[in-house]
Amino acid sequence: MTVLELSNPAAPARRPVNDPSRVDYAVIANMVRAGARVLDIGCGDGALLDLLARSKNVRGRGLELSQAGVNACVARGLAVIQGDADRDLADFPDDSFDYVILSDTIQQVRHPRRVLGELMRIGARAIVSFPNFGHWRVRWLLATRGRMPDTPALPSRWCDTENLHLCTVRDFAELAAEMGYRIERAMPIARGHAGAPFAKTIWRANWFAEEAVFLLARA
Amino acid sequence: MIPASAPAKWTATGGLRTLVFAANAPLQLSSGAHIAPLTIAFETYGALNTDKSNAILVCHALTGDQFVASPNPITGRPAWWPRIVGPGLPIDTNRFYVICANILGGCMGATGPASPAPDGAAYGLRFPAVTVADMVRAQAQLIEALGISSLFCVIGGSIGGMQALQWAAAYPKRVFACAAIATAARHSAQNIAFYEVGRQAIMADPDWRGGDYVKHGVRPAKGLAVARMAAHITYMSEAALKHKFDRELQARDEVSFGFDADFQVESYLRHQGASFVDRFDANSYLYITRAVDYFDLAADYGGALAQAFKDSPTRFCVFAFSSDWHYPPAENRAIARALVAAGAEASYVEIETDKGHDAFLLEEPAFESALTGFIDAAAAARGLTLNAGARA
Repeated sequence: MTVLELSNPAAPARRPVNDPSRVDYAVIANMVRAGARVLDIGCGDGALLDLLARSKNVRGRGLELSQAGVNACVARGLAVIQGDADRDLADFPDDSFDYVILSDTIQQVRHPRRVLGELMRIGARAIVSFPNFGHWRVRWLLATRGRMPDTPALPSRWCDTENLHLCTVRDFAELAAEMGYRIERAMPIARGHAGAPFAKTIWRANWFAEEAVFLLARA
Repeated sequence: MIPASAPAKWTATGGLRTLVFAANAPLQLSSGAHIAPLTIAFETYGALNTDKSNAILVCHALTGDQFVASPNPITGRPAWWPRIVGPGLPIDTNRFYVICANILGGCMGATGPASPAPDGAAYGLRFPAVTVADMVRAQAQLIEALGISSLFCVIGGSIGGMQALQWAAAYPKRVFACAAIATAARHSAQNIAFYEVGRQAIMADPDWRGGDYVKHGVRPAKGLAVARMAAHITYMSEAALKHKFDRELQARDEVSFGFDADFQVESYLRHQGASFVDRFDANSYLYITRAVDYFDLAADYGGALAQAFKDSPTRFCVFAFSSDWHYPPAENRAIARALVAAGAEASYVEIETDKGHDAFLLEEPAFESALTGFIDAAAAARGLTLNAGARA
């Protein structure tokens, strides 16, 4: 069983100033080697790429669907392609990046397996973060109320959410293994902090991580 | 490149500024032919800074001219890009030195088929076929003569975008940033077909006289008007046509059961055609559309567009408009894909609009804000401070 990092002493204590709600940004930044080539899929307004450029001196590129996000990225001086993770990853050549990041997006794509395969084709490594549907509160709410859970990581009602493919930490680890990828690192996030109580293994993280960040490499 | 000693003369008459290269400094063309003497007609706005690092070259479209930000003194028509180029606008003339030149083969002062050949008579069909690469080569001569070794930005829409891409491919070290708008790296079969309709309309006009209409003191106005009408349809989306005209009748309550302009859309197209012939030369239309038909940037690089931009140091931004069916998003996306494959620093922006191909000339706030962002970020990367010329 994969042993997880209980907490990450090297992770910045402070959250990125430009997006305090995204603890996963700090965790992701900590997984990226300085000076690397990074592609951020679903890069939003470019906050993470900006953080990576400033803190890790990466050569960043982005893919983003929304007009507001693309315009914000261009105005930051970032190179961003307006497009869709399901449709446009084919435009990126094999092995063209050191890391391909998919933060809080895999649950929103139409074909997660195909997208994950594209990530690992384009980059030597992939960093994927997502909300954990296996968190104890989700299970508790589902079990006691019999309704889709309403948690900080899953704030929208079932009919309003963009999420199409919610999964648990174990589900994702299983898919990665099935596709032949190695989990180099996995970081649970709970209550706004990297590392979750008791989350030493995938099994435990599945109970206690509100979100998770995986660093995958080709086996 | 022209030798520094090439005999060139600056002139400014009748509101047209030109640079004239003498007969012993010919422009070599892609076809193997050459043009001499060569006249480049251009306009500039703003001031060149001391290290000559703030120059922006604007490349105009098929029927445009060099008067990007001021009224054309010959035709009296207003500036053609008034929302983009000017003081305080996305291409801020308080900050940048903006250059726009009439394209080779054009009819607003540039050497073209209506210009006198060395024998004194108008070239007519004796004018050699030109290409987009030739247009860019002529512009490069102008830029060099202005003492600018590296342009801050080359920007253009439609076939202006083709020129911008050609610039970046041919002179990568002389283009810091490149904005290609609503364009394509190659002219599609559908577009060649539409242009061919236009050319046939011109050549079918009895007043075309085998291209020698100048000698006969006539003009193939009817043919040129039809060419313009056919092309103009491709610049507008179906939604825009419906929104603007639908099936509304023109100054009447019922159809005439004849061939008058019953419908507003007919009246509009006839007006577009009629006003065009007053300002444009029919042979120029033939030559320029042919140059665009021939444009296939990848062909010069072994068929792989990415090769055209290999190791390019230029920052690119490609803009497309969702309802543009003249140069649709897919064509622009193909450029972006090649740039990504080449490892270039490239952005691709696809604006949702119903305004069609002409959207880049119209009010389109999302486009204007994206373009401003691209220019400002590139200026910051180039070290051009806001106060290089004091923004209004």
